[in-house]
This record gives sequence, C-alpha cells and structure tokens, in this order.
Amino acid sequence: MRYIPHTPDEYQAMMDTLGIQSVDELFEDIPEKARLARPLNLEDALNEMQLSQHLMRLSSENINVNEVPSFLGGGYYDRYVPAAVGALAFRGEFVTSYTPYQAELSQGTLAAIFEFQSMIQSLTGTYAAQASMYDGASAVGEAALLSLGQLRRRNQVVALRGMHPDSLKVVETYVNARGSSLLVADSLDDLEKKVGDQTAAVLAQYPDMLGQVTLAQKAIELAHQVGALAVVASDPVALALLKPPGEMGADIVVGEGQPLGNHLNYGGPTFGYFAVQKALVRKIPGRLVGVAQDIEGRRGFVLTLQAREQHIRREKATSNICSNHSLNALMATIYMALVGSSGLREVALSSAQMAHYLERRLGELGLVREPSPASPFLYEFAMRVPGDVDQLNRFLLERGILGGFHLGRFHDAWQGLWQLAVTERRTQEDCDRLVEEVKAWISR
Amino acid sequence: MDIPLIFEKSRPGRRGVRFLSPESLDGFQIEEHLPRELIRTTPLGLPEVAENDVVRHYTELSTLNYGVDTGFYPLGSCTMKYNPKVNDWAASLPGFADVHPLQPDTTVQGLLKLLQSLEDGLKEISGMDAVSLQPAAGAHGELTGILMIKAYLRDQGEERTTILVPDSAHGTNPATAAMAGFEVRVVPSNARGGVDVDALRNMVDHTTAGLMLTNPNTLGLFEEDILTIADIVHQAGGLLYYDGANANAIMGRVRPGDMGFDVVHLNLHKTFSTPHGGGGPGSGPVGVTRRLEPYIPYPRLRQGDDGLYWDYTPGKSIGKVRSYFGNVGVLVRAYAYLRSHGQEGLKAVSETAVLNANYLSKRLADHYRTPYDRTVKHEFVLSLTGQKSRGARALDVAKRIIDYGFYPPTVYFPLVVDEALMVEPTETESKETLDRFVEAMETIDREIDQQPEVLHEAPHHTVVRRFDEAEAARHPILTWQQLTGEES
Repeated sequence: MRYIPHTPDEYQAMMDTLGIQSVDELFEDIPEKARLARPLNLEDALNEMQLSQHLMRLSSENINVNEVPSFLGGGYYDRYVPAAVGALAFRGEFVTSYTPYQAELSQGTLAAIFEFQSMIQSLTGTYAAQASMYDGASAVGEAALLSLGQLRRRNQVVALRGMHPDSLKVVETYVNARGSSLLVADSLDDLEKKVGDQTAAVLAQYPDMLGQVTLAQKAIELAHQVGALAVVASDPVALALLKPPGEMGADIVVGEGQPLGNHLNYGGPTFGYFAVQKALVRKIPGRLVGVAQDIEGRRGFVLTLQAREQHIRREKATSNICSNHSLNALMATIYMALVGSSGLREVALSSAQMAHYLERRLGELGLVREPSPASPFLYEFAMRVPGDVDQLNRFLLERGILGGFHLGRFHDAWQGLWQLAVTERRTQEDCDRLVEEVKAWISR
Repeated sequence: MDIPLIFEKSRPGRRGVRFLSPESLDGFQIEEHLPRELIRTTPLGLPEVAENDVVRHYTELSTLNYGVDTGFYPLGSCTMKYNPKVNDWAASLPGFADVHPLQPDTTVQGLLKLLQSLEDGLKEISGMDAVSLQPAAGAHGELTGILMIKAYLRDQGEERTTILVPDSAHGTNPATAAMAGFEVRVVPSNARGGVDVDALRNMVDHTTAGLMLTNPNTLGLFEEDILTIADIVHQAGGLLYYDGANANAIMGRVRPGDMGFDVVHLNLHKTFSTPHGGGGPGSGPVGVTRRLEPYIPYPRLRQGDDGLYWDYTPGKSIGKVRSYFGNVGVLVRAYAYLRSHGQEGLKAVSETAVLNANYLSKRLADHYRTPYDRTVKHEFVLSLTGQKSRGARALDVAKRIIDYGFYPPTVYFPLVVDEALMVEPTETESKETLDRFVEAMETIDREIDQQPEVLHEAPHHTVVRRFDEAEAARHPILTWQQLTGEES
C-alpha cells in the first residue's frame, strides 16, 4: 500500500512474534455485531500520477485570483505572498512537527511563535498575544467567552453591526452555548441604549464591513462606562496605518490574520490572532510561549502558563482549544519579517491609494458611498449601486472580473451595497477596467 | 548558544521585500484621508532585516525542530504518520489556494465537487448520515457535536445538564462539555481498562445528555462493551459522542455508526495524514445520524440544477462555529489521501497500525510493564512504575529517548496509569525502525541501574537541555518587548 513500508516477509515476521496467523486476530475484541462485514464503499485508489492529474483537473475548474482581477475583501484579501514565505514555512521540520510539548526538540516552532506573539503585540498595541486561533471569527467568539468568564454575573455581549457576519454568528453560537446572549447594535446610539449592567463585552470591528474606522474609539468608551470589556477586531495590515486598538484602550484585540502572508485558501486554513492587556494574560485561551533558561543557562522557549489549558485543567480550562493554526502563524511571522515595518506600511498605503482612486472614479459614475461619502476609509469601502448588484457582478464575471461583494446577502439593511476591496495587487489598469465595465453596465 | 530571534538581526534601515515606494504614490497622503487622532504614531515594531537574513534565520530555526520528516515520532494519541508530499502539493494548486471565499459558487465547482466527495467518503467511513466539514480541529468538532446534541434534546423538550466522560478521556472532552454549558461527570475505568459498565449504569439518569467516548480509548484498548454502553446511554435518553482521535485503528473494520454512536468527529490531521504544522492547522469534520442532521452548522453543500451550491438557510442549525466553510486546504489534503487509498488501502492502514502497535508492545513488554494484558489497537500505554522504583521516572526515560534520535512518546497521559508512556507507532514505520526503538528502550532500561544520572540529566545532545519551566511560568516573558525591557 501507498505509504506502508512493510514487505510480505516483515508482515510475517511480526505476526510470528505475536503468534498469530492473521491480523484478523487483532480485531477479535470488536463485538461481532458491530464489525463491518463488507468493504467500505469508496472510489478506487489512484496512483500518485493519476491522483495529481485528477487534482489538477479539479483545481482548473475553479477561477483563481491570479487569472482575473478580484475586488473581494471582507477580512480575506488578495495580497501578495512573497516566495520566501512558502519556501521557509514548508520546510518539513516545521510542517511535520507536533505541538511543541518537548521543548528540547521544538525550539524552531517555539522561537517562531515567540516572535509571532511579539509582532502581534506590537502591531495591536497590547501587552501580550498568544500563539494563534483557528480564524478571526472564532477569535472574536473566544474573546466574548473570556469576557463572560471574567464578569460572571453578566450574561450579554453587545456587538456593533459592522462586524463580519460570520464573526457575529460564531459569537452567537459560542455565547448561547453557555446560556448568554448576543445583542447587535445598528449604530453608536443604539449601542449606547443596549449596553448596561448585563454587558460583559462590547465588540467592534475596526475597520468594519463598510470600511468605517471612526466607531471603535467610542465603542471602547461605552464598554468601559458600564464596566464591560472592550473587544476590537482588526485587519492587521490596517494597523500599519491606524492607531492600534490597544492604545485606544481595548482590553482584547483579535482579528483574522490571513492578510499577513497567507493564501486565501477559500477561507481556510488561515489563522486568528488574540492579544490582551496585562490584566488578562492568565485568562488567555490557547497556547502561550515564554522565555526560559535551560540547566546550562541558555535562553530558549517553552509553552508556558499551561495551567489555563484543557490538557491540565480539563473542565476548568479557559477554552477547549488544543490544535491552533501554528503553521499559518509561522507564515505570518516570516511575512512580517520579510516586509518589515516599512514594507507593511507600503502594502497598506498603496492599497489605500488605489482604493481612493477607484472610489473617486466610481463616484463619477453615480455610485454613492455609504454610510456617508465623507466617512474616512482605508482600502475597503461600500457603495450603493444604481440597480441590481447581483446582476452587476454577473455582468462583470462574464467580462473576467471578480467584482465586489453584495453585502445584502449578509444583512437585509445592506441590500444594494457593494463592498469593494483594493489590495497592492490591483493596478490602475485593473481599476480602470472595472470602472469601464460598470459604466457599460449602467448604460446597457 | 541562546536560541536566536529575528529581532536580534534587525538593523535600522535594512530592508527585505519592497512594494511601491512612497514616491510612486503620486502625492497620496494618508493624512488627508484619516482623522489625525486615528493615525498611527507608534512604531510597528517589526524587525528590519534583509531577505537573506530571514531565509537563514528560519532555516536555522527549522533545524532546531524535530518532525515526522526527521524521524520516528511515536507520540501517543497524535497519530504522527508520514504526511505525503503530493497532498501538500495539491493544496497549493492555485485553483484551491488562490480562491476567495466570497467568490460565486459557479466559479468554484471543482473545489465544491472535491468537498462533496470528501463528505461522502467520511460518511461511509464513519457510518454517519451527514457530515459538516466546518470545524477547524478536533476540539472544535467536539464543541460542534455537543452543541448539536444540546439543540436536539432541547427540541425534544429536554433540558439535560450533564455530559459523562471516562476518566481516561482526552482533556478536550471535559473542556468541551463545560464550554457547551454542561456539567461534567467522570465515569471510572474498570480493571480491564474499559468503561466500568456497572458504574455507568448507576450514573446515567434524566439529566444525562450524553457520553463522550474514544474507541479505541486512550489506553489503546477497544471498548469491548461498547454495544452495552450505547444501550445504557440511549435508554437513559442520552446520546453517544465519538471522539475520533483514535480512528486510525478502525477504518474498514468497524464504524462508529455501527457501534451505536450518534455524533462523530474525525481528526483529519491524525487519521488522514494531514501535517500537524507544529500545532495546527488541523480539521475536525463532524458526522451525525439522520435525527441530528437538521442541527448541522450552515451553510450546507447542496446539489442544484446548475451544480453545487452553499445553502445558507439556517433552519434548526446550531449556527456557525467559524468563518466560511472550513479548513479547505486541509480538506484538499485529506481528499488526496482518501483517493490514494480507496477501501483496501484504508483497511490496510488500520490493520498495519494495529499490527505495529501490538508488535512494539510485545517487544517492549520484557522490560516495561504493560498494565493491561490485552490486544491493543493502534497505540498502547506502558506504566514505568518498575523504572520509578529503580530511580528513573517516565519523564527521565522520555528525555533520554531524545538522545537516541527519537521523539519521545506522550508522558503522564492517560491520567489513569501511573508513570504513563503512551506509544503510537503508526503504520508508516517499518519493522527496522520499531526494532531500533526497542533496542534504545532496552539500553535506557539498563542505564537506570548502571548510570542513573545520564537519565536524570537527559537529553544531552540537543541544542538546549531541560528548562526551568516553573520559573518561566512564575515570571512569564511573552514578547520581545518584555524580554528587552522596552515595554511601556
């Protein structure tokens, strides 16, 4: 069989050692009534060459973002991933290792996680970050749970509507599980009405789904006014330009990490990050790496504060998370090292420049930016389209463009809103082509 | 040598990968587009290094790691089998890796077909009626499954409050049950290492929502009484949850659905050979029987007139447990694994994994105590009480194994065995690798009497040796800023 090294002689020698005639004897402790008496009904095995041809064919049946310009965003962005990221992260010693329990054999993973924690801490303006979560949405969910665990007499979390709908859905699933509830506020005024002595956390995304950046500060203040924790979810690339949430007073800063050196992967695997202020370090979910000295006085790294975790604390753990997204966090670490502070600013700035160009050109065609044409944005924004957005997107796709996302598919009040993201991979020609096709569609 | 950090290679002004220079921005000033109070003024704190610095640093770090590609990794309960390279290659194909989750379904039909085939394959292997690929890891699958049980019972008008877990269970089981709002009650093991059926019978009542069980369990033993156990739980009105961490032992031989389980998660990063990546990403699809299908996370993959599409109708679904559809890159690898094996191949995988474990256990039994005199499945537990009485603990033996070029087995788990070493060889290791491991273990056993300090101080040949972990936890230093005292 494909990955089994045993020769027939070796099989025989091993069975002789065990004194058995057949491997069937090793399965006799399975109750006869439960045993599978027929072969599994699966497709026939392919050899490696057949498999690779089959997979290439399936892959080619999808349109990928290298073939057509894409203006899709919503937390996942078509950013450039430098070649060195894959070349390094896919070294077998990283890829095929387990969670670094045996520190002496895991210093590579441990040192890289320590670097990752440091980079995320400094980007977010917090005190410390952990080793990674599954994705941005589950990171927001865990932040809500942490808050409810901290403020045990409270049973609500309140989020601003501009948070990614998947994050809201995950928060809802997570907090409902423990009998608490999620309220969603449509505006800052609404948020002010909804927070109170039952609020354990206020959740805000910065920038949010409509590209707004001005609501987070006020949301943090409202959280603190009622004694709740302030949780801010941020695109890490945006923090190259924006004041970090930690400096604005957020207690927990989380986010979807894909834009940092990870491919889109149709939404996963990417990673979530989770950073906190000092008071919450011992409540953080998941793995944490800290500095340690070995018996010869050398500096190295270990998993630390493990008394929070499921393998030690079982039902009293801060979360059930075990596997996280270490390899994706490693890609982000290598990416951040490669581009550095200047490179990350360049990525964000060139995206913002082209986004503002596109927004102006689309405005000239009569599309109107929401919630207000004057509200500041970076490289993602929402426009009201004169007509059926889904039809516009189909029109563009026929012409080889992945247009923006119709936000109405997420939320009724967003019907007719077109979310557009522009990354450093979009050229002026890409934007001009989009504008020309939108113009053609309007005048069709 | 101190373990190096990329920050130490940083030199002001040094650059790696560049993008558009500020001059090419045609006078675009972010200050004109953002309120002043929202503009970042503090440094980003990333290292300033050249590409060659980065390449050498992470190449060096990789050499400080031990993976399955390095050598034998018999870490019990983790199924550290060989991770096929063609599967990694497949996941990096642009039609899988460079696809945006918000693309129209019509533009990703190849990928959706792959996901549909994987769902179908997992249903067949687990004996379930429906599968969700959304959960990102085993523990995440557990949470999804337990929440489905909760939602189902609630719809039956039952507010049940307790989840039962055996004392040999993985830590994620009780942690998950607590996260899902349940009270956890621990079922004791019997003398044969299985669930104590009489104790279970006395523990179930009208509050029992379900029992979480790994089968074979963490001792590597098959629950011989599984059909009775299922009956007891079902008759009490509870449901049976299968933790698929050990499914590498059973493929093609027995299916969780046929044992009476109602919900199953499978760890694709174990049984289906997707790489562990130093702690993830994994993938933990969940399968359920017909009566639980309405509660599966949405969106669901469905066949329409124009091909496959995502159905976002929530219905009775427990909701979402993560963004979008799942760890698709991991699912592509698992699909490749499934297709390169077929039914015969998967059956051979489990049979060989079980043969390897029994062979290794038998050969080690001359020097190490096997606490249960039974056929094991894909893994087994040694109890090093004899070694401890001679002056070496399980941890010492584990650390000494490193000096012989192997990754150590899991130590001190499961909790029900004193001085436990939990060994899982997997099917991709050859007889001579197992024999070399036996030799090393026999030598180590002799060393306990001849030169015990060699064990107490092990490992000796690694880049770093044992750490003061207690001190690290007392005064945690978690970032470069804290290490250099630059924290504000």
